[in-house]
This record gives sequence, C-alpha cells and structure tokens, in this order.
Amino acid sequence: MRRFARLFETLDRTTSTTAKRDAMVAYFAEAPAADAAWAAYVLGGGKLKRTASSTELRLALAAETGYAEWLIDECYEQVGDLAETVALMLPEGDADDGDVPLHVWMEARLPSLSRMDAAGRVDLLREWWRALPRDQLFLANKLLTGALRVGVSHRLLVQAVAHWANLPTDLIAHRLSGTWHPTAEAFAALAGPERADEHAGDRPYPFFLASPLEESPSVLGDVGDWLAEWKWDGIRAQVMRRGDEALLWSRGEERLDGRFPEIEQAAIALPRGCVLDGEVLAWTLDENHPLPFAALQKRIGKLKPGPKLLADTPVRLMAYDLLEQDGEDLRERPLGERRERLAALIDDLGPTLMLSPAVRADDWEALATVRGESRERRTEGLMLKRLASPYRVGRKRGDWWKWKVDPYTLDAVLLYAQPGHGRRSGLFTDYTFGVWDGDSLVPVAKAYSGLDDTEIGRLDRWIRAHTIDRFGPVRSVETVHVFELAFEAIQVSNRHKSGVAVRFPRILRWRTDKAIHDADTLDTLRGLAAG
Amino acid sequence: MDGDLLHPLPQGLYCPAGDFFIDPMLPVERAVVTHAHGDHARSGSALYHVAEAGIGLMRERLGADATLHAHPYGERFTLGDTIVSLHPSGHVLGAAQVRIEGCGKVAVVSGDYKRDPDPTCEPFEPVPCDVFVTESTFGLPIYRWPPMSQVIDDLLGWLEDCKARGVPAVLFCYALGKAQRVLAELVRRDPDRVVHLHGAMVRLVEAYRDAGVVLSPTVPVSDSAKGRDFAGELVMAPPSAAGSPWMRRFAKASTAFASGWMQVRGARRRRGYDRGFIVSDHADWPGLLRSVEESCAKRVYVTHGDGEALIRYLTERGVDARPLRSLGAMPQPRTSEEGD
Repeated sequence: MRRFARLFETLDRTTSTTAKRDAMVAYFAEAPAADAAWAAYVLGGGKLKRTASSTELRLALAAETGYAEWLIDECYEQVGDLAETVALMLPEGDADDGDVPLHVWMEARLPSLSRMDAAGRVDLLREWWRALPRDQLFLANKLLTGALRVGVSHRLLVQAVAHWANLPTDLIAHRLSGTWHPTAEAFAALAGPERADEHAGDRPYPFFLASPLEESPSVLGDVGDWLAEWKWDGIRAQVMRRGDEALLWSRGEERLDGRFPEIEQAAIALPRGCVLDGEVLAWTLDENHPLPFAALQKRIGKLKPGPKLLADTPVRLMAYDLLEQDGEDLRERPLGERRERLAALIDDLGPTLMLSPAVRADDWEALATVRGESRERRTEGLMLKRLASPYRVGRKRGDWWKWKVDPYTLDAVLLYAQPGHGRRSGLFTDYTFGVWDGDSLVPVAKAYSGLDDTEIGRLDRWIRAHTIDRFGPVRSVETVHVFELAFEAIQVSNRHKSGVAVRFPRILRWRTDKAIHDADTLDTLRGLAAG
Repeated sequence: MDGDLLHPLPQGLYCPAGDFFIDPMLPVERAVVTHAHGDHARSGSALYHVAEAGIGLMRERLGADATLHAHPYGERFTLGDTIVSLHPSGHVLGAAQVRIEGCGKVAVVSGDYKRDPDPTCEPFEPVPCDVFVTESTFGLPIYRWPPMSQVIDDLLGWLEDCKARGVPAVLFCYALGKAQRVLAELVRRDPDRVVHLHGAMVRLVEAYRDAGVVLSPTVPVSDSAKGRDFAGELVMAPPSAAGSPWMRRFAKASTAFASGWMQVRGARRRRGYDRGFIVSDHADWPGLLRSVEESCAKRVYVTHGDGEALIRYLTERGVDARPLRSLGAMPQPRTSEEGD
C-alpha cells in the first residue's frame, strides 16, 4: 500500500485538479492492475462493507493508548474523522510492515474482520496499527471506515482513467457506471477499444443532469425549441429491460431491485433491449397526484415492502426519456425523437409507467404563469429541455435547465449545535433551529449550509461561550440568534416532535436584526403543511 | 485564598495584593504584559512592566509614547504587597511568565508558552510555585508537535517541488513570532535563500534583527518590479492576505499555512491551503503535562481554549485543576486561532 499512500499524499497536498489528475494518471500507469483497480474504486467514492464498528475502533484505541473513552471522544469531536483521530492519538513508532498491497487490504485483510467476534476484531486492529507506518495507518483506517475524501470527485476520477486509457471520458463514465467490480481484469478492460455492444450489459447509462436556471428563460431563445415538463420530487432512476428481468438503477447508481415491485412488473412488459429514464414517485390512486417525498421515503427504506405498504403507498415511474430501444443506443438522437418513441412505447402498458406530460405555452411569459401553479401540482417547478438535445453525460450546462419555484422561508431560533466533519471538523456547523409553540421553542429543522466562513467562525466562538448544556457532542445554547431558513416543501409528520417535516432546509441569512420573539410560530408552519 | 493573588475581572486578570493587571484588555493604571501579540499587549494603560528582551516589539505594539518599565528576566521588583519577576516562556521574543510572590505563596502565570526549542527566543524556564496558571490552546492528546528539523525538511521539499513546477510558494503564518521562527530555522539550512515578505511582516522582522536574532535575508514584495516572476521562490504573508487582491501577483502559487492547527487535516482543507506545516508557538499536549508537573504546583488553573479536557485529565490524575474563570468574572474568551 506504500505506493497508494504516496498517491494519497500527493492528492492531499494540492488543491489543483490538474495536479490531482496527473498524479492519478501516473499511478494508474505504474501500479499493478489489481491495486490500480481498487485505487480507482475507492477514489471514485466506492466503499467496502463496514467490517468493524466505530465502537470497536474506539475500544482498540483506548486499549492501545490507555486514554479514557471520554478523552477519545473529545479528540474525535475536534478532528471530525475517526481514522485520523486514531492516527493522531497512537504513539509515534518507527513501524514498517513492509508493503502489504492495496488489493490484499481490500480483498483479504479488511474483509477478514467480519469473520471474527468483536474482541477478535479489536485485537487484530491493534496488531495492524502497531505494524503500520503513520501514513498507511491513517489510510488503512480510512479504507475501513468509509470514503477517502481527498478532493477527487467521481468526474475527476473518470477524467484520470480516460487520460490513462486514452479514451473519451463519456465512454469511461459509462464503463465505470453501476456496480463496477475492482479486479485486475476489469481495470485492464477499462482501457480496451470501444465495442459496438458497449451498452448492452446491465450497467446504467451515466445520467444527464440539469443545471439551475438563474436568469429569465427568455435568454434561451424561442420557446418552441424547448420541452417544458414539471419538476417532480422523487427518485431519479433508469429502468433497464434486460433478458428476463427489468433492472432499476438510482441516480446514485445503486440497484433498487425488489424495492419497487410495481415498476419492475410493469417494465417486464417492455420489449427487451430498452432503457427508460424517469422519476420514481409515490402516487395516490384516487386523487391522481404524487404523495409527498416523505411517503416515498417509507418505500426507499424497505427492501421487500409488505402488502399494506404497497397498498397505502403505491409507486409509479414518471418516464422522461428513452435512452435505448431494440438494443440501440439512442442518446445521440434528438430529445424530440426520443420522446416520441417513448410515448409510443409505453402508451398501452398501463398506469404504472406514465409519460411525463409536456407543459405547453405560447411564450415564456405564459410559461412563467403556469410555473406559478407548481406547488398546487405538487412539483418543484419546471424542467426546460432543448428538443434538439442529445442525452449527455453528467451535469453539462446548456441543454437542460431546472427552473424551480422560490423556496418557502421561515425565521427560526438557534437551539442546538454540534461539530461538523471533514472540512468542518472541530467547528460547530451542524445547527438545529426551533420556532415558537406557545411559550416554548420546538425544534423544526436541522441545517448545515448557507453561512460563509466568517459567519461560521463567529457563530462557532459564540456557541462555545454560550453553551448551556452538553449532550455528548451536542450543545444546547442560549436562545439569542434568529436565522432565516429556506426549504422546499413542508408536510405533516408524526415522526417529528413538532408534527411537521421540512424538506431541504438551509440557512438563507443570519437575521441579526431580529429578536427571538420575531421568530415564526409552529401554527404558521402547520398552516403551510395543511395548505 | 488564591483570589488574593489572582482575580479575573472584565478588564483582565487582576492581582489584588499587587494592584496590577496581567495582559489587560482595557486601559488600567498598572499592567504586566507577557508578550507582544495583539491579544495580550493592548495600548492605553498608564504603565507597563515588560521583559527587557521584548522591548522593541512592545514599542511597536504599544506605541512610542507608552510608559514601559523593562526588566531583565529573573529581576525581582516590588508591586504593592508582592514581589514580581518575569521568566522566559519560550513563546516569542521577549515573552514572559509572571512569578508573583505574596500572601505567603507563589503564583506563576505562564502566559502563552512552548517547550520546543526556538532560535528566536530564550527557552521556557520551569519556575516552581504553589499556584500555576497554564494556557491550553492545544489541550488535547492529538496535538503533538513533530521535531522542527522534520518540518523544515518538509518545507524545503515543498520549495523544491514548487521550483520544479515553476510556481511561487506562498507561506502564510502569523507576522509576529512564527514568521521569524521560520526565517531563523531556514537560514541555518538554506542560508542563501532570499525570502519575499508581505508588508505587514517587514517591521517586525527588522525588530527581531535589531534584537540580534539571525534570520534569512528578506526583501519586501513591494520592492519587486510589477510582473516579476516568483516561480520557485518563497513568499511569506500573514493569513489575512490569503484570498486578498495582494495574492493576484502570485497566480497559480502553491499555498501553505504554518500553524499548530495544521495537525488536523480538516482544519487545513477548509481553509483551502495546499500544504500545512505543523509549527506552533504554544505547548503541545506533552508540553502542557510536563510543565504542570515541573511547576510542582498544588493547584493548577487553566485558561485559553476549551481547557475542559485538560482539567478533567489532570483531575483524574490527582492534580487539583480548575478553570481560571472559576476565580471570578472572566472576560470573553479570546478568538481561538489568534497568535499561535
């Protein structure tokens, strides 16, 4: 793993994406394929199934250092990363385990923990720690505990592999999509020549993502060149009809098999060799509109939904696009043609596969008026797609725009804070906000983003000086500060103490001009949720 | 009662028996100032007692017309009913611990201190006492400083790398203390290297030279012609210059920060520096524990930073440790990242 540790160090020591890409290209060229495969896997955000718990790591660390658990927790709170906490707390050594290859760590060592009991895992962790030099110690624990977070996006990894393989990035993005198994053969195959049946496997096509439209749509030219659709709030997914089955992939490129049997059953009726892009939505049968996202969340969590859940919360696929038909990759054809084919294909397949309706208007002004109905229609706004556009890879600006309605806002009081992780480690950046319910403040939203670095620093110092109580890492603070929060949707919820759940809350601004009694009330929120 | 010698007030730490303040935040009649960092040396008081070694820096900070009484380290002088002496704290040039003898006991206020060797100032002197006031800026066991020789190795490696890539190397660090320490270490290893300085550092670097500290040759960035190529050269600037228009001259520069906070990856990443060099003028965890032990104090008061972890750790080991604020009304805690 020495070579990979050197790569990690190089990546960690620059913020330049070009320098990062060059370092990865050099590594892919010189590392054995079995190791390079795992490097690509983890740098692309892949993780192993967790084989030792945080508690076990803490126990091993306490045993190895003699420090009390509370002190380990304090340190973790400051560092915000357990693997790094371990590396910083263990005694300095001049250990050198030789050089156990990365693929041995990933295929043998780390998985072997799962075949032991907790005590065995703690012992083995301690044994490894003693044998590892400092940089590899950190890395081994990183590989054990989750994502690497070294400023390499999936896109940057794809670019590096494409550079190394001397192939187009879109092709590499496709080859790495879905479940990519990191083996020496699979890594070598990434650089193989492009084949005509490249797309025929069970890997999803890389999703084309829309960009937010921040100006008036009139800059987009003639409204007649565009397809407008509602922006539905569900799970973006691809349905692939392959062999005897229908596969469902989420936009996070995870298989959703078994979770949405209605869609799989409906999709079986599709002819073989076709792929649909669409949105999974929970849908009321009697009123014919989507259910709030929270309803869909119940379904996402259930691997095998029971009959009651299926009856109470049925799902449908709102189909947007047709990426493949009769085994032919259609992505280069214009959207207008793909959509016509899609409409014809699913027309008589029953209600579960719906065609996303086109929203028609004679000019942008009329379209803006229709957009005003977004909330009533339980959507987040409009999507604008150029009818002549191909289906591109990733977030490319120009052809697909999301034109969302303005968010809801509310004024809420800071109640609790806890330290963030990664870049925000050691700073209080995870906040809980409350609104008035009679004379008391009840928590209604957690938000992590929206303040700039100066505000975060200022608030962090204030929180430390005005803590009333501590519950583990969480601090309750004096109720002084009011923040304006934005959120996308609100609904009644019996899982939340406040009785309402807000979607995508984030901080808009710190309202230093407001006192806590100017904050909103729970009644107002209930009214919004009921409306 | 420890309160006879030390009593925190909103203006700063007050000594009732001697009728003076240590590092007051507001103007007072009589002040003892431990060192010249802005959060300790504040102008406006009628009279200042300071260590002789830091007199030049104090003049920079407190103004030419401030009334300063300079004392050599170890000299005993009387203030009210106490005998006071200043002892090196190893923090920056002229930094002092304050020893106060009175009411039948000895208290030592260590100010900011470190235990690692530093060519720019006298090393920390352990002073036996009954009551020891310690800082705890880095009061967690994750903070253990690497040897400076190793840090300079890394720094030289970074400069080589920048030279190979044809980009300037911009090192951010505090203008008083840290900058001079790096320059003093650097001149021993790479004596011919000329370092380019941000304007905010120039006078303070001169003040160190005037005090006889040997530093790398320096030249102000403002002396260089417009459009000069700084590829492969070292530029030093205070952290406030990061992201400012001043940085436009150093497009594509590799940036680094020299600070104890760089021990933690996330602290570097959120500031967006390419490199972090672990250099601190504060005591690390082993340094704090060693100083508490060497003080032989019966009671330890902890200030700066959270301090809670250090207090609990010492308490569990049978040391009578308390937060300094427990002695009275403390001023607002200072910002956490100044002057390290």
